[in-house]
Amino acid sequence: MAEDSARLLIVDDNKVNRLLLSRSVELLGHRIALAENGRIALDKLRKEPFDLLLLDIEMPELDGFAVLEQLKVDPKLRDVPVIVTSSVEGLDNIIRCIELGAEDYLPKPVNQVLLKARIGAGLEKKRLRDQQKALVQRFATSEVAEDLLQSGFALGGKRVHASVMFSDIRDFTALVESQGPEETIELLNTYYTLMFDAIGSHGGVVNQMIGDGLMALFGAPHPLDACAVSAVTAALEMFELIRQLNLDRSAAKKPPIRIGVGIATGDVVAGYTGTQQRATYTCIGDPVNLAARLETHTKVAGCGLLIDDATQCALNGSVPTQALGEVPFKGKGAVVDIFAVVAGQPA
Amino acid sequence: MDKVVIDWAVYAELRDRTGAEFVAELVDTFLEEGPGMLAELRGARADGNPERFRRAAHSLKTNGNTFGALKLAALARALELKGLDPEYRDEAALAALEAEYARAAVELKTLRNG
Repeated sequence: MAEDSARLLIVDDNKVNRLLLSRSVELLGHRIALAENGRIALDKLRKEPFDLLLLDIEMPELDGFAVLEQLKVDPKLRDVPVIVTSSVEGLDNIIRCIELGAEDYLPKPVNQVLLKARIGAGLEKKRLRDQQKALVQRFATSEVAEDLLQSGFALGGKRVHASVMFSDIRDFTALVESQGPEETIELLNTYYTLMFDAIGSHGGVVNQMIGDGLMALFGAPHPLDACAVSAVTAALEMFELIRQLNLDRSAAKKPPIRIGVGIATGDVVAGYTGTQQRATYTCIGDPVNLAARLETHTKVAGCGLLIDDATQCALNGSVPTQALGEVPFKGKGAVVDIFAVVAGQPA
Repeated sequence: MDKVVIDWAVYAELRDRTGAEFVAELVDTFLEEGPGMLAELRGARADGNPERFRRAAHSLKTNGNTFGALKLAALARALELKGLDPEYRDEAALAALEAEYARAAVELKTLRNG
């Protein structure tokens, strides 16, 4: 039972109250830590995880109201359930606690049966919330999960300036045919781990994975200064990680893998598309189509990394590129100036 | 003034729920902390600090209710609610609280050893 291992923080400035609450909670089979005022409580909460908070209101330095206010605006702490245990005077003060996010209010001296029921309910609620969060994070990036948990879900998008990246493994079909499916899954998992690492460490988020291909956004859901530079830097790191992976593969007598990457920059509309029941976080706009076409075009051009002129301009000469001239892309009205990033070329 | 010093039913419930040994420890803690809370009331009144005054009265009220010292709790609650209201700054209220604390302390000591 989840309750068995629960760890509670008891916050009270009065020693008799702290002792009595500790005893009551320990009799219920939970573990405890103590804090003498709100400031100490917040310090502890930021250092170590707690499943539930028993909070007094009247305290020196930082009172219970201030603690509730600070918990509410802290994304890491706002889901910790709080039960206010106090003998504070005035119904308005009790209402204020609930409005500030307290799960419940228990008057002192605390009734043991009520305490047991409230702690049980609070822990159960936290368990469900944790489960929900874990589920959301498994199917969405942590940025999107955070955005969802913070702003709630709404179909529709907003216009943002972003760089879009498409990447896939060259000759993946041939590779799949040459090895067993277990080996392919293992390779894909390694590949995705490396790519997520490179993309995430430069502020990008992977928002789609299709077979051996992926789409990543730089600048959405959170704005990113110099999104184009971040995207190109991430791509170069991806090539470096693939190079290292190939050293291992070569030692294991396996064929090397190669990737192709396309990046385009501009205004996109980012948000949730789909239905109220099933939706995905994605980006719509010219740069998305262009990045996909650039990625495909790497095969034709014989390059690893192709970028559009907007991305090239934004680099401001910080990364050497080679102009490949104008290319007419299917579905694009006009021809597009494209550039190969020199460092991203196959050796 | 017909309230008993310690409501035995409240005290007995506390003892049965948490254990005689624990309650003895809890009483000792209260007797250690009590004089400090009374001194804090006096100090806060002398400094004209209503926050500290209210908090000290609030603590005494809560602890009084815990042990069944209902009259002590009632006197402390009155001070908590009135605070440093000029009309209520009379010596009598504080003195009454201190006297009641002394009575409660004697009785709690007896109960703790009993």
